[in-house]
Amino acid sequence: MKIDASKPLEYSTEENSNKIFGFWVFLGAEIALFATLFTVYFVMVDRFASGPSGPDIFEIGPVMIETLLLLTSSFTIGLAVHAMRHGYQKAMMVFFGLTLLMGLGFLGIEIMEFVTYVHEGATLQTSGFLSSLFVLLGTHGAHVTFGFLWGAAILIQLKRQGITPATANKSFIFSLYWHFLDVVWIFIFSFVYLKGLM
Amino acid sequence: MDWDKFKVHGEPLIYGAMASIVLATIGIIVGLTYFKKWGYLWREWLTTVDHKRIGIMYILAALLMLFRGGVDAIMMKLQTAAPDMKFLDAQHYNEVFTTHGLIMILFMAMPFIIGLMNVIVPLQIGARDVAFPRLNAVSFWLFFFGAMLLNISFVIGGSPDAGWSAYFPLASLEFSPTVGNNYYSLALQISGIGTLITGVNFIVTILKMRAPGMKLMKMPMFTWSVLITNVIIVFAFPVLTVALALMMFDRLFGSQFFTMANGGMDMLWANLFWVWGHPEVYIVVLPAFGIYSEIIATFSKKNLYGYTSMVFSMLIISLLSFLVWAHHFYTMGQGAMVNSFFSITTMAIAVPTGVKIFNWLFTLRKGRISFTTPMLYSLAFIPIFTIGGVTGVMLAMASADYQYHNTMFLVAHFHYVLIPGAVFAVIAGFHYWFPKVFGFRLNERLGKHAFWWIVISFNVSFFPLFLLGLMGMTRRQYTYSAETGFGPLSMVSFVGAIGLVVGFVILVYNIYWSTRYEPRDTDGDPWDARTLEWATKSPIPAYNFAVVPNVKTRDAYWSAKQDKVPLFEDKITKIHMPSNTGKPFILGVIFFIAGFSLVFSLWIPAILSGVGILIVMAAMSFDRDHGFYIPAEEVIATEKKLRGETV
Repeated sequence: MKIDASKPLEYSTEENSNKIFGFWVFLGAEIALFATLFTVYFVMVDRFASGPSGPDIFEIGPVMIETLLLLTSSFTIGLAVHAMRHGYQKAMMVFFGLTLLMGLGFLGIEIMEFVTYVHEGATLQTSGFLSSLFVLLGTHGAHVTFGFLWGAAILIQLKRQGITPATANKSFIFSLYWHFLDVVWIFIFSFVYLKGLM
Repeated sequence: MDWDKFKVHGEPLIYGAMASIVLATIGIIVGLTYFKKWGYLWREWLTTVDHKRIGIMYILAALLMLFRGGVDAIMMKLQTAAPDMKFLDAQHYNEVFTTHGLIMILFMAMPFIIGLMNVIVPLQIGARDVAFPRLNAVSFWLFFFGAMLLNISFVIGGSPDAGWSAYFPLASLEFSPTVGNNYYSLALQISGIGTLITGVNFIVTILKMRAPGMKLMKMPMFTWSVLITNVIIVFAFPVLTVALALMMFDRLFGSQFFTMANGGMDMLWANLFWVWGHPEVYIVVLPAFGIYSEIIATFSKKNLYGYTSMVFSMLIISLLSFLVWAHHFYTMGQGAMVNSFFSITTMAIAVPTGVKIFNWLFTLRKGRISFTTPMLYSLAFIPIFTIGGVTGVMLAMASADYQYHNTMFLVAHFHYVLIPGAVFAVIAGFHYWFPKVFGFRLNERLGKHAFWWIVISFNVSFFPLFLLGLMGMTRRQYTYSAETGFGPLSMVSFVGAIGLVVGFVILVYNIYWSTRYEPRDTDGDPWDARTLEWATKSPIPAYNFAVVPNVKTRDAYWSAKQDKVPLFEDKITKIHMPSNTGKPFILGVIFFIAGFSLVFSLWIPAILSGVGILIVMAAMSFDRDHGFYIPAEEVIATEKKLRGETV
């Protein structure tokens, strides 16, 4: 493996830069995936049949906390990458860990919200609208869950191996993924919750 | 547990299939044990990350599926050969035409093309490997186990029976209560993920790993077609992923996406399916165009005419392919404006396709044409595909489509497009590149026999369907009475189908015969070809090229031969190779178990295998194996052995 010292560590080998490029292509596919889910949601949004509609169940409070947590976590993963570029392993791991904790907090609130919805009689089976809502939110939530596990695996490798071309590459790609989840959430926040509450 | 839902009852054919599956499995296990080949199979194939071997496995699987789909086709043709046939009942006929469509498109045409692309593209761009060799193995095993999952449906629980397009509400739990469409959603999902990964892998490979000097506009046409195809894959397959997931939620968890009550919308399925389904047509056809371009240029001994217009026509086709999906359901009440829009975009596709046809004809003009087997398929493709294209424009007219829709005319049209546009191409590509991979040609005489059987029988079998369609025979009808007058032409079609079987049997016999008796090639360039894959020896060494070529022109190998432009200028150095790994195979197996458990709503094994998938992924992440180096001396020795000379 040839390491090119003039580039940041995460880009320093051919394999590394291919992986980053490949991940961008994969994010293209993820955009197509979420675009399809949003389309399904917009088609379904008024088809709530006899079940509750968006304004009946949405609450702004928990959603604001979720947004705050996810946006802040996107900031801390940025700080982690910044620390990584300077070679501060400890700071990097702290920011990385904070990111994952906030992801966990987000998930906790989302699960509580789902439980509340179900108690209010809004289940996956109730109406087309609720099916599409649960699947859209659930897909994003599943991505966050996967991200949490993935990030935890990278954190362990960082602890064991330090900042190497391999771990730097993985961390950087993880940060792209995490930012992407944040972007998707902004769309969910705006077009599902805010629009639903209006 | 309710064991009854695993059983398929009452059909002697199904019992026959069960017995043959069991016997074949026992045969394979006994054979492998007797010849002590388990270790070989594991070390050399199941764990391989070599793009050439993965490609070969794709092609083998595709050939197997060709025969499975072919048996379906024969059963259908036999059932409709004469009025009031009693060979299959309605349910069985539904299952057969559904799996015929699914298997031929998703588990035959596409993997065959992905197989050729795996073997050839890295060689054509002068690369040592694909960008992500291990992910490539993951792709293959997900495809393979997805295909197996669909195939066992025939004997365990029942096959999908709502057509390959699985329209709702027909495919809902209410109207398709067997597990068949559960298989549909999960088998396609698993292999679809594999395809998506292939898409990402090859985009990176082609954009980032070309040999020095190979600008985009110097790439061979097949590589271009593969690049564009993979872009389509990356944007089309996520739509399928969503559609199948929603289908699974509807069928397994009672959600209301495509239901007829509670706010569901059945047309949503039709739209999602065809937003993926129409580009899918071009996913199989565009690489075929690439294959023909290579073959026609090689055997005309001329540059491909209109290289730039070829590239742009493919780009335009790929764009338009996303804008035509609703032409699949003009008659489902979407209004004149929508129909007009989709009618115009659909007809527009004929323009870039016509450009390509003329480019091939002009490439042939004044060429020194040699009529080899791959060339014969390419030449036969042009008129037959044109018939398919012209009838496509007929179908594109929304108003006229009210007459043809859901008749045999449509069936004839897409067979006239897909068989020359995909099947002939993969067979041609198979004959063309076979000596590259194995070091000897397929026998030309047998190849031509198979060619004439296939091409003539194809027309005998499918041309009558145009007429039957115009006479009003609907598709998917499993029987008809003598008064309809469909009998004679249906019988002709059946005879043609038998002829096709003969052709394909000769093709397979040719592989066997040539393996035993054909003389071995010595220089790795039996066709006097033009592109880089022929610049290395056959069979191809694991590292592809001992020295990475320096590309200066289009058709780099041709100019190296003709104008003595040097191709290999650097010295041999040590070569980095990825190590084999069994994890992709294990991942495939667990996905298969997960899929099977979900089909039958066995939640505990499904959850356990979900955890298993995560564990294997984690194991792949923690793996610190960075491959190994082949020392320069070993490379030199291998090259000497292959060339009988020093480089």
